[in-house]
Parts: sequence; C-alpha cells; structure tokens
Amino acid sequence: MSTPAISLHHVSKRYRRYGGRQFATLKSALLSGDLVRKLRPDETFEALSDVSFDVAAGQTLGVIGRNGSGKSTALKLVAGITKPTTGTVKVEGRISALIELGAGFHPEISGRENVFINGIMLGLTRREIQARFDEIVDFAELRQFIDAPVKTYSSGMYMRLGFAVAIHVDPDVLLVDEVLAVGDESFTHKCLDKFAEFKRRNKTILLVTHSLGLVERFCDEALWLDHGQMRGQGDPTRIIGAYMTDVERQEEQLLADADARVKASASDAPVADGPGPTDAGAAAADMMTASEGRWGSGEVQIREVTLFGEEGQPTHIFHTGERVTLRLAVSAARPVDDFVFGIGLFSAEGVFIYGTNTFIEEYDPDTLEGDAEIELVLDSLDLVEGTYKLDVAVHRRDGAAYDYHRLLYTFRVKSRVKDVGIYRPKHHWTFPPSVRFRIRP
Amino acid sequence: MWTNLATLVRYRGLIRSLVARELKARYRGSILGFFWSFINPILLLSIYTFVFTEILENRDPDLQPYSLFMFCGLLPWTWFSSSLNEAAGSLISGSNLIRKVLFPAEVLPIVSVLANMVHFFFGLLILAAFFVGLQYRPDWHDLVWFPLVVLVQLVFTTGLALALAALTVHFRDIRDLLSNLLTFWFFATPIIYAYYMPSVQGYRWLFNVNPFFHLSVSYQEILFFRGSFVHGHLKLLLEFGLVSIGVFIAGYWLFDRLRDSFAEAV
Repeated sequence: MSTPAISLHHVSKRYRRYGGRQFATLKSALLSGDLVRKLRPDETFEALSDVSFDVAAGQTLGVIGRNGSGKSTALKLVAGITKPTTGTVKVEGRISALIELGAGFHPEISGRENVFINGIMLGLTRREIQARFDEIVDFAELRQFIDAPVKTYSSGMYMRLGFAVAIHVDPDVLLVDEVLAVGDESFTHKCLDKFAEFKRRNKTILLVTHSLGLVERFCDEALWLDHGQMRGQGDPTRIIGAYMTDVERQEEQLLADADARVKASASDAPVADGPGPTDAGAAAADMMTASEGRWGSGEVQIREVTLFGEEGQPTHIFHTGERVTLRLAVSAARPVDDFVFGIGLFSAEGVFIYGTNTFIEEYDPDTLEGDAEIELVLDSLDLVEGTYKLDVAVHRRDGAAYDYHRLLYTFRVKSRVKDVGIYRPKHHWTFPPSVRFRIRP
Repeated sequence: MWTNLATLVRYRGLIRSLVARELKARYRGSILGFFWSFINPILLLSIYTFVFTEILENRDPDLQPYSLFMFCGLLPWTWFSSSLNEAAGSLISGSNLIRKVLFPAEVLPIVSVLANMVHFFFGLLILAAFFVGLQYRPDWHDLVWFPLVVLVQLVFTTGLALALAALTVHFRDIRDLLSNLLTFWFFATPIIYAYYMPSVQGYRWLFNVNPFFHLSVSYQEILFFRGSFVHGHLKLLLEFGLVSIGVFIAGYWLFDRLRDSFAEAV
C-alpha cells in the first residue's frame, strides 16, 4: 500500500432537475461561477452524497451498484469532467477515461486521422501516437479500414478503435465504464489481457461494471454504491455477496407485490363460466396456450398459495437445489368426494416443465370438507437460474375445475453456476490424474 | 484563470490538429474539395461587385476599382462573422467532447476562429491575385503594418468568441440573435461604403463605438488608400489593440467562470 492514487473526500454531487429555470443576476452568476441561482432541495437531484474512498496506487477498484446508483457520476468526478458540488477529488498522475469511446471522432475523416486527433485529445503527442500507431490499429483489428472515413464504420468498429486509442494512452490511472461489451469474445479477452498488463505494471484502475464476475476475478477491492450512497468497500467477494443479498431482497419485494396484486384481483370466487376447459383433452391443449387467470365452479376454492424456502420462511427467491414447500390453503363450501390437487411448472418463456396431480400419483379422493392446508414438498429444486411460473388447481377427476389458478404465481431461482437450459440434474465430474485444471484466478 | 491560460499553450498541438481536421472535414466528399476555400470568396466578391457596380452604380472616383475596395473590407468581415457564428454554437455541437472527455472547452471556440482565419488567408491569396491582375500596388510602408491588424482582429475576435460560446450554452437564444445582429453590424461598418462619404457623416458616433470600424478602415487604408495608414488610422488601431486585449481577457475570464457549468448544461 502506498499513497492513494485516487482520493474522494466527502464528495457530493447535485444535479439540477430538468425544467424551468430562473436566472441569477449576471453579476452574482459571474461571482459564483454559475448562471443559475442557488436551487432549493426539491429542484435538485443528489447523484452522490457524502462519498469518501481512496484507491491506493496500483490497486484495482470495482464499482458496483444498480442503475442510477451514482457509479458513472463517481467516475466522471474522478475523471475531472464534472466538478463535485461539495467535497474534494484528488487524482495523482495521468488519467485515461474509457467512458464514451470515440467521443471525439469526426465522421467525415479517416480512421487514421481520427486516431491522431483522438490521441492528442487524450494527452499524447503526435510523435507518441506515431510510435504506437501500428499497435493501436492492430489492437482494433482495423488495418484494412483505417483509411476509410469513420462514418462508414460499424458501431463495433467505431468502439474498438476508440478503445484501442484510449488504452494506448499509457495512463497512470485508468477509468473504465462498462465498455467491455464492445467487441466479440476474442476482443473482450484482449481487453482483459490489456487490463491485466496494466495491473502488472502497477497502474491504478477504477472499473464501473454490472459484471460481478469480472469484479470478483479482477479487482482487489469492490465499492458498492446505492442511490448515491456508499454501502460498503472492501473485499470483492464480501461486497458482492452483500450486494447480491440486497438485490434478492428487492426482487423478493417486487414479486411479493406482484403476488399481492394477483391475490387482490383474484380474491373473488372463481369465474364459473370462465375460459376454463370443460374436458380433459381441452385442458391439455389449453395448457400450452392459456394466459394467466382464474376460473372454476368455486365449490372448492384455493384461498392462498405460499412458497417456503429451506429455512421455512415464505419467499419468492430460491437457490438451485433448495428444498421448497408449496402450501395451498383450500376451503370447500360443502363436502366433495371428487377432487384432485395439481400443480404445473412453467419457465418464463412459457415452456411447460413439469406437471403432476394427486390423481396421477394414485391418490383416490374420498372426502374433502371445510378448510384444509395441503403441502407439496420439492426435496430439491433442480432448476437453473431463471424466472418460473406456477399453476395450481383443484378439480374433478374428469378435469372440470373447482378453482384453477393459471400462471398466477412467479418465483425466481438463483444460482452461482451459470449453466443453461431448464433442468439441472444432480451431477459431478470425475477426471483421471492425466487431466488437470488450473485454478481460476 | 492564468494557469488555465498557460495550459492552453500546452494544448496548441490539439488546437492545430483540430483546425486541420476542421478544414479537411469541411470539404470532404465534395468534388472541388479544398478549392472551395478559393471559390467561395470569388463567388461572394462577384455577387457584390455585380450589385454595386452594375445595379447600384458607384461613381466615387476614389473608390475605383470598386470591387477591390470592397474586397479589402469584406474578407476580414467574413472571417469575423463566420468565426462568431461558429464559435457561438461550438460548445453545443461539441457537447460529446465536453461531457465525455476531459477536454479544455476553450479549444472549441478558438478552433472556430482559427479555422476561419485560415480561410481568410486563402482569401488574401485571391486578393493578392486581384492586385496583380489590376496592377494596383499598395504602399509598402503601410503594408508592414498588415500583420498587426490581423493580430488585433484575432485577439478581439477570440475574446468575443469565448464569451459568446460560454453564454450560448446557457442562453440558446444568442445564436439566433447573433446572426441578425451581425447583419446589422455589417451594414453599420464601412465595408461596402467609405467612412468619409458625406451621406454617413451623421453616423460618426456609431463608427466610434463600433469596434470593427477600426479594423475595416485599417485594412482599407493599408491595402486600398495608398499611403494613408501610418498618418491615418494607425494610432487609433493601436489604441483599439489595447482594447482588444481587454476584450480577450474579459471574454476568457467569463468563459473560465462558467467553465464548470458546461458539462451539465450543454
């Protein structure tokens, strides 16, 4: 650890909300350096409030946070493009900001000339650019097109050239704002290699990204911003964990709200002559096409559907492999002797993943009366990450519904492994000693 | 402010490249390309010459050849007015630079002024060709002062351009106001007429408060009215040179005060 390369001290940044403005007198404007008079709090928006952090020289700091959390504002302050409303920002050494790639390109002139002008804008001399020109062009993979006007470039080519120039400025402090999505896989790898080289050469990097994996692999420290405030700084794994937990809590809140809306709208008795299927065949066909809703005769009603996680807490967010309990609270207005409880599981795209009911599983109905709570336990939720929807129903053996809830319940599955598909069979790999793997950095 | 002015010197390489880019990009894709820098003033001159020698015939014997007289005032005016028009919008059209790149904003209006100065120099070549063609010889004693007039105009125009660029960010109305104001200013300045004509004597007070009056008369005296500058307008021009330094400092100061608001307001 040495002296900080970047140092923010109680930094706040207020923006004016867009709208009508009132001017100060020219005199006071000139004295204060701003043409707009002091704004009342309700006319401003605080993008950052009282943020303080240091980045030691040679360290890589990843800034994470949801959209609108002030990440980019923080980066612009460090870059010196905007000034803090209060507090101080100190940066040691030459800065290169990969914020808007190719911001200074002029569409009418060639890539070659733009490289020179862009490089000079970023603080290189003509001779320095001359020396690095071939490297820049090769990095951007644009040798064939370098003499064509930039307006003929695709957006990917444009970004690659902008990236190539900015990365060859040889800064002491590199600021990166979510720009790794500019190229194909191989270009992204090249960029990461370049960052790694910067790290080796003990340069300071400030990285703003939504790619948590990148922060975890690549950064020495992580900083979490939320609504302009600092929520934590420190070890990436710990900060990312805290951030993920918070995101899950928010998502849970959203799903719970959606659920509450569904319950409010479906709290009336099921529609007796709704769009419901009247025979089993139609029911099967309908399964694939029907949109969400509720129907049935209403003799038996499903009053409440709750999902519980492994620790017995009601939730909408699960982790792959977790034990899930589905509880149906039903009530029969009068005793019935023909009843089947069923569920259906769908992916967010509407793919029917799994369906079962008590009759298929050879429970022959005898009597159901009054209120009852039925639980279905899924010992292991072997689904990959994604959003899933649920049908629950109680109906006669011939399929005629008492109460059918169609796609009314949504839950989300989280996983640290980003495998694909729908279903994750329990699995493990085995390798002979001749096959070895490197530990991922 | 003074440190910012000093860093401006460091950015001379950037200014040079941007001026070159401006000139290259302007005619890129046109067939005649760079020749437009010559053709534009010739066409402009032909129109004015036709109007003022054929339609509104000018009989003043001191102003012959009239086209040459007019050209002496028209060229610097074109530099001046296009510079201001472009500079006023320069921060707004360069907004992606100001918002996304750490970039000294004053470079943009300065580039507008300098790019137009290069066009002015091309125009001077045409003017020189006219002098040769008409075998009209300006006085060498006057001509040595020519660079000074250009310098005064450069300082004055840059000061104004900086102030206008900064204010236009906050008051977009300036751009529209400016083009109208410049039309008025053009006719209020002795360019298509001579300042000593009897018909304009009632407006002498207007000339005295018109900064461009000193420039246009200096150009005319040096290039057209042989042997009149050193004993004529030189003293006033030197005084105006001091004023223009003041204008530059005031313009730069205004620009510097408003600098921090640009990134948010453009």
